[in-house]
Amino acid sequence: MATTVLTPTASRARSGLYDWLTTTDHKKIGILYLGNSMLFFLIGGLLALGVRGELAQPGLQYMNESTYNQLFTMHGSVMLFLFVIPMLAGFGNYVVPLMIGAPDMAFPRINALSFWMLPLAGTIMILGFFLGGTAAEGWTSYSPIAQSKYSPGVGTDLWIVGLILIGTSSILGAINFLVTIFKMRAPGMTMFRLPILVWTILVTSMLVVLGTPVLTSALIMLFIDRNYGGSFFDPANGGNAVLWQNVFWFYSHPAVYIMVLPAMGIVSEILPVFSRKPLFGYKAFIFATAAIGALGFSVWAHHMFTTGSVYLPFFSFMTFLIAVPTGVKMFNWIATMWGGKIQFSSAMLFAVGFLTMFLIGGINGAFSASVPVDFAIHDTYWIVAHIHYVLFGGSVFAVFAGVYYWFPKMFGVKLSETLGKIQFVIMFVGFNLTFFPMHELGLMGMPRRIADYSPTAGWNDMNVAATVGSILIGASVLPFLWNVFISLRSGERVGDDPWEANTLEWATTSPPPPYNFDRLPEIRSERPLFDQRHGLAGRGVGH
Amino acid sequence: MTANTTALAPVADGGEGMREVAALAEEHSRGGISNPVLGMILFIASEIMFFGGLFAAYFSVRSQSPVWPPPGSVHFDLRADIMIPATLTAVLITSSVTCQLAIWAIRRGDRTAMLRALAVTLALGTLFLAGQLYDYSQLGFGVNDGPFGSTFYTLTGFHGAHVFAGVVMLAVILYRGMAGQFSAKHHDAVEATSLYWHFVDVVWICLFTTLYLLV
Repeated sequence: MATTVLTPTASRARSGLYDWLTTTDHKKIGILYLGNSMLFFLIGGLLALGVRGELAQPGLQYMNESTYNQLFTMHGSVMLFLFVIPMLAGFGNYVVPLMIGAPDMAFPRINALSFWMLPLAGTIMILGFFLGGTAAEGWTSYSPIAQSKYSPGVGTDLWIVGLILIGTSSILGAINFLVTIFKMRAPGMTMFRLPILVWTILVTSMLVVLGTPVLTSALIMLFIDRNYGGSFFDPANGGNAVLWQNVFWFYSHPAVYIMVLPAMGIVSEILPVFSRKPLFGYKAFIFATAAIGALGFSVWAHHMFTTGSVYLPFFSFMTFLIAVPTGVKMFNWIATMWGGKIQFSSAMLFAVGFLTMFLIGGINGAFSASVPVDFAIHDTYWIVAHIHYVLFGGSVFAVFAGVYYWFPKMFGVKLSETLGKIQFVIMFVGFNLTFFPMHELGLMGMPRRIADYSPTAGWNDMNVAATVGSILIGASVLPFLWNVFISLRSGERVGDDPWEANTLEWATTSPPPPYNFDRLPEIRSERPLFDQRHGLAGRGVGH
Repeated sequence: MTANTTALAPVADGGEGMREVAALAEEHSRGGISNPVLGMILFIASEIMFFGGLFAAYFSVRSQSPVWPPPGSVHFDLRADIMIPATLTAVLITSSVTCQLAIWAIRRGDRTAMLRALAVTLALGTLFLAGQLYDYSQLGFGVNDGPFGSTFYTLTGFHGAHVFAGVVMLAVILYRGMAGQFSAKHHDAVEATSLYWHFVDVVWICLFTTLYLLV
């Protein structure tokens, strides 16, 4: 009887560099995605420290406005496109085939291509710093400021090319996920027995396939405007600046759900395991995820309320409506934990951190859904608070939760729980110290994207607090990096299932062999491993 | 005991192992369309959205112009010389028919007929590209001639690029077919290529209607 033991070929101590460079194994590619994304997280973080360093006091202490503009533009661009989206794609790459009992993704070579486009694209975008300046008109790149007249130099063009590459990588990856999930599930793994993470990756992939190409078209039109005398977006030539905003946000709003749905999926995997209780409302999660994905295409103009070109009642109503399925998820997560035997592992701490911080981000976002409120707070620090509560308090916390949760599966060793808790506490405190004051700053009228502000505006103390918080965030990354380093060298070795979890990736060795499974447990519910441990009496709720 | 004990032999060579995986997936995959065909359908969906962005820009720019075509060049009246684009339309539609003939042939197992039909399709596609380039040379306005020029060349130019990609794909499957590779049971690449080619044709029909007929 075959058992899940590493084959002789898979037990090589360390794969060579050539193997990593040429691999088409989804597990290695997943790890490459995660490593590359963490590198860009650090770069984006340094850019943020530059921004916060300058803003701590009124006046320009360390740089001029032009440099400042590059810092916040590249901070946003790097964090969104080179960290959050690929990091979540990396988790998907590693975990989804395992969770559905497949030996790999549907198109392994396209999978490798999707990854390798990312370091290339990142290099191209950042090259701007060494070639006269990067893009500097915000990650949203509005016209006319993005036109060649106001943004001469290659920085914006490098930004465009890099982003087109990243978008293509995303689209190919999404097609890969969809074909894998639809066509390569193990026998017994029906759609309504899929883990929630797989469902969120599925819906996210639909958003990528349908939304990202629209961004590609916008970027190409901007490139033509800048380099070939095009007249799409420049009013001086007969173009339309609001057209850019429409095409850009048609993608970039679904993009925020691309950035958060897989994070919600990660949290949905972790909470049941560390509450020792099944996920509450499995089917509701699926329908809520689908609803968020669909509704996400109907709200883009809420970023443009103040342009005067938007049918305000529709977009305001649809924006409020999205809060409903999101609220359903929030209540179901809480109900999952309610009455459970909670274990506060590092993964669980970050998952609960996600719940609380994303809740704040969702609530302050609902304020902006109201048109009169948005007219007052649009383009102020209130929005900066909102985006960071959902993206950092939400996605980043979920990312770290996923790292602590799946690290043992990937590397066969656990990360240190002590260092994890230290990271969590410092990061949580630093994060709130940085971004909570920004609510007040926004209400007091501090605009976004300014390098300097008046010393008599009353904004000084809160900016100092935010900068101190950002230094704490930076500091919190250090125990994490140290944790990864020492755990890989001499961490606590683990077997197949260190967390006593529910889903199929824990039914094979840590790390899995190249072909993933020697044998699969019988799949009769959304918790096949739980069923195997407890016999059919423990059958989960899916069917 | 599950029925799913994998018969895969663990192998160090990724290529060999993946071929076994692919073979197993083919045998065990659920009925209906194959992985490559589903992948191509999803890719075409993304391409539809890409052209959607470009069409949205065109209609947006056009609806805000008091007069369309805008004044500025007599060459903006595209209907003055519609013969070339109309001929190109006929060429592309014919190539879709021949492409479908190739599909029907290989589904019957008739590789020879498939190769003939593919060769004609490839020739017609190349003829389209040549005709489009010639048309460009006769137009009298450029991409930098205001919104009219920008939208016209971006839309038709990216369509042309997609035709070029389709021509490359047709050449590849023609080559593979000549090397004896396709059969009635195994011709996913031909199916996928034909789907893409039909998509390229449909986009052209939309383009021709929008740019030349909806004036």
